[in-house]
Amino acid sequence: MIRFDHVSRSYGEKEVLCDISFEVREGEIFTLVGPSGTGKTTILRIIAMLEDPGAGTVAVMGTDTRISETRRVALRRQMGMVFQKPAALRGSVAENVALGLKFRKFPPDDISRRVSEVLDLVGLSGYEGRKTSTLSGGELQRVAIARALAPGPRLLLLDEPTANLDPVATEKIENLILSLNEESGITIVLSTHDMAQAQRLASRIAVVLDRKICQLGNPFQIFYQPGSREVARMVGIDNILAGEIVANEGGLAFIDVSGVILHAPCSLDPGTRVTLFVRPEDLFIGTGAITAHSSPRNVLPATILRLIPQGPNTRITVDAGVRLTAVITRQSCEELGLSPGMPVSVSFKANAVHVVPVEKAG
Amino acid sequence: MNEIIDGFVQAFQLIISLDPEVIEITARSLLISLAATAVASLVAIPLGGLIHFREFGGKRGLITIIQTLYALPTVVAGLFVFLLLSRAGPLGFLGLLFTPTGMVIGQAVLIIPVLAGMTLVALSGVKKTISDEIVALGATQTQAILTIIKEARFAIIGGIILGFGRAISEVGAAMIIGGNIRGYTRVLTTAIALETSMGNIALSIALGIILLGIAMVVTVALFLVQER
Repeated sequence: MIRFDHVSRSYGEKEVLCDISFEVREGEIFTLVGPSGTGKTTILRIIAMLEDPGAGTVAVMGTDTRISETRRVALRRQMGMVFQKPAALRGSVAENVALGLKFRKFPPDDISRRVSEVLDLVGLSGYEGRKTSTLSGGELQRVAIARALAPGPRLLLLDEPTANLDPVATEKIENLILSLNEESGITIVLSTHDMAQAQRLASRIAVVLDRKICQLGNPFQIFYQPGSREVARMVGIDNILAGEIVANEGGLAFIDVSGVILHAPCSLDPGTRVTLFVRPEDLFIGTGAITAHSSPRNVLPATILRLIPQGPNTRITVDAGVRLTAVITRQSCEELGLSPGMPVSVSFKANAVHVVPVEKAG
Repeated sequence: MNEIIDGFVQAFQLIISLDPEVIEITARSLLISLAATAVASLVAIPLGGLIHFREFGGKRGLITIIQTLYALPTVVAGLFVFLLLSRAGPLGFLGLLFTPTGMVIGQAVLIIPVLAGMTLVALSGVKKTISDEIVALGATQTQAILTIIKEARFAIIGGIILGFGRAISEVGAAMIIGGNIRGYTRVLTTAIALETSMGNIALSIALGIILLGIAMVVTVALFLVQER
């Protein structure tokens, strides 16, 4: 559907994209994730041909985007884009939603029917006559989505579609995105800084950090097998440890992390310096005696340092020779009667540890 | 003092009684200035659009020249068009000097800079995000330009109203090009100048009141448009 080959883009002295290559497949929800100002918007604008790739090539729907403006218009008419801060033209909601249809010279009857259809789809039935100047942010966002959808695009580009919305409106938009993709088969490229949203929506995720795509994969790979420290930090992995492999017994590595030996599945040779990632949800806190387990498991004696309530959960920092963070439900925290200074045991499966050699981890 | 009060009394009598000469001069003024505004709009709005949407060397300089010409003295515009239309001038063969058509041309020349400038301001007032939206929605270049002009329409209309106000209230070009011929090229401003010098204070005041009335209508119209 879309193909970026070694694309770089600068604005004057400032480089915003550096050697980006990826492919978006037909029918998927492809999500660009990263903090603000890392080039996600530029990628979307290049796809929409609002900007040229400085270096490299971009092909959209099998067509190289270095083409005449006339052919670009034809290509653009198969896609729809919703900007992070959508701008509405003066006039009514219906006039705004009809714009793309008018450009494509739809007959007036079709236009009014189609406008009602898409307004219905985004939950704004009956808004046709409203002036756009009276709309709230969420309504405007939905008008912008309706406007992009009206001509029936094959490809939908969404730049931070819920960045300015409250949780209820966000959920509505997310459900709409999923149903558009599932029911109409529209390919969607979406940018977001919200990792949880990416996990909820994405078929595949590209992590955009510092002008580059750091990692590209399905949500499981991104969330459980981050390729680097930066990605790990972004996806909420609090436990990032540096260590060195001391032994490897048939795929189960023994890793020295500042004096503590951890087990993890890994095929690297002894002597390799590695970075370890463990999601805080994968850590278990116990108060009883440390018992042996059949499955490879890391069990460490530890002392609780801090307890921080977080919604329905509690985030626990412990000192187990290395500093680790666990997240458990508030209820189990109360049942265990945890408090700072208390001795506990921390355990996590060897499988929960994701190992990356240091060179790659950067 | 009495003369002024008498003047006002007689002026109101002239207006209320719909004095034929007053009506005729007012109608001609409106007609000429409206025509000039229409001609100027037809030239200046596309010109402003062209300057806004095209990139070329000296663009900034051209805009500065246009803005300087906002203050083009009416007599200078009049002189310029007079030279063009005079018998020895390049357009002398048209025989337009001392005709209402000639005055239309003179006033149009006078207000084209204001109108083009206001069009430029109006179009730059349309944010880049709006033009991005329009392009992303699949507009051709022509569709995009027309849609952006439509989006800026209220500001452009404001410019047109301002231009009309300048046209109807100017006296220099009307006098030089029209020649203030009674019943043919005499308009409100030239009539006031003449009647005052001839001591017909009442008629002058009546025409002045009418001119101010028109100015007020223009101002109210401008206000209403900008309120949109």
